[in-house]
Amino acid sequence: MIVAEQKPIEEIKEFLTGHKRILLLGCGTCVTVCLAGGEREVATLAPILRMSGNIEVMENTIERQCDAEFFDAVKEQAESCDAVLSMACGVGVQMVANIFGDKPVYPALNTKFMGTNDGAGQWSENCLACGDCKLGIFGGVCPVTRCSKSLLNGPCGGSVDGKCEVDPENIDCGWQLIYDRLKALGKLNVLVDNTVPKDWSQTHDGGPRKLSREDIAEL
Amino acid sequence: MIATEYKSGSNLEQVLSRGGFAVTAELGPPKSTDLDLIKKKAGLLAGWVDAVNITDNQTAIVRVSSIAAGKLALDMGLEPIIQITCRDRNRLAIQADILGAYLLGIRNVLCLTGDHQCFGNHPTARHVFDLDSIQLIQMVKDMRDKKVFACGEEIKNSKKAEVKEPRMFIGGAANPFADPFEFRVIRLEKKVNAGVDFIQTQCIYDMERFDQWMEQVRSKQLHKKCKILAGVTPLKSVGMTKYMRDTLAGVTVPDSYVERMAKAEDTKAEGISICVEQIQQLRKTEGVAGIHIMAIEWEEKVPEIVEKAGLKRQ
Repeated sequence: MIVAEQKPIEEIKEFLTGHKRILLLGCGTCVTVCLAGGEREVATLAPILRMSGNIEVMENTIERQCDAEFFDAVKEQAESCDAVLSMACGVGVQMVANIFGDKPVYPALNTKFMGTNDGAGQWSENCLACGDCKLGIFGGVCPVTRCSKSLLNGPCGGSVDGKCEVDPENIDCGWQLIYDRLKALGKLNVLVDNTVPKDWSQTHDGGPRKLSREDIAEL
Repeated sequence: MIATEYKSGSNLEQVLSRGGFAVTAELGPPKSTDLDLIKKKAGLLAGWVDAVNITDNQTAIVRVSSIAAGKLALDMGLEPIIQITCRDRNRLAIQADILGAYLLGIRNVLCLTGDHQCFGNHPTARHVFDLDSIQLIQMVKDMRDKKVFACGEEIKNSKKAEVKEPRMFIGGAANPFADPFEFRVIRLEKKVNAGVDFIQTQCIYDMERFDQWMEQVRSKQLHKKCKILAGVTPLKSVGMTKYMRDTLAGVTVPDSYVERMAKAEDTKAEGISICVEQIQQLRKTEGVAGIHIMAIEWEEKVPEIVEKAGLKRQ
């Protein structure tokens, strides 16, 4: 899922300076699951904003802010407010801006990464959406994401006791994980082959990416 | 033998290829435009070593560029080994620098991954890592031997122009002390397969583990496919010894050295003695083709170490 966390309240209040009536809009998908911007978080943030100033806060949460079809339900509220504070990820915030062209829109969250839930209040990054998945080679552990330097040919000298020197307390060495997995699978031989330079044009380096699928468009 | 029979013709290549025990050192460029500092360090090392590594924004701290400092060293009679890391430049920038460095007379490059920027003085910088060190080695080798750029195009200025490729002697690093230990020799093998000509190791204190690593190196015959220069760093003080033992990732210092340093009346002299003993032991190790002395901000001690180790240059 996309993992996000709420911005510092002071930064949010700064956005709202001068606004009288806002729509605080939650999103029912990823940020609901990671407890950052769903219905519950909308209900928590709204009274804090009301208490902090002379501002009217309307609350609503739609199923997905990344999809235009869910916005009809909040059209009237959006028209009657003078700004939208979106509790979606950065994708949702931009969709709000796109749909309500004449309304200022502000992000209430910082979008962090695509990752897993590792237990209560714990998430970690696992995919950079590089557009050319090589997990099949690397034992199901992504070197592009899990190695701090995205190295494709094994660990640098900063791998000690399974930890990455960038933050030994919190970051596992991705290459130690790859090594351990491939060893367990009896596939260490694949590590001897040199991996060629990555085609970064498939990532954001090739410009903002689009995907069009004729098989879907024709349905 | 004429220079064209060599891959690059560098002094380091010539020394190694005739079976000489090579000595290299390190010259860290200044964090300012202090030309005198480069002159001073180069003056201390000239004549005592076969070539000197010029670091590339070492530990992610901005310094005079390795190519510029390398050219200055060359002009002062010291052969440079230009370090190139993958952290700050992509494949375009690195290839442009290889072409430029070659034109300036530089013939050795050391291809490194590069320390993460979080350790330096610009921790909020974006890193590059377009390539990793192994891909970098392959790229520099292909520029030299296949005479092509990373994209496959020939190295010539126009269709009709003559191919004019940069011919570098290519180095890489190896750390026998990082983890996973069993992967370390595989990684060296990958560098050999990518085309590395020589290897400089991380500084060695744990001789036992280094011997284990060399045993694996020899069992794969890797010492015959590239020249291995063993890295040493003289210990300066008890504090530094403990720092190296406790703080530096990928460096292990045995307690026996800590004890010797702690008991010594003259810790600096003891540090030099330990270093010289290590060099003498490493020199006897089958497959070690030379020594790389990383006297960090202690370049003035390199001549003494070289002399005491009996490695004075001809």
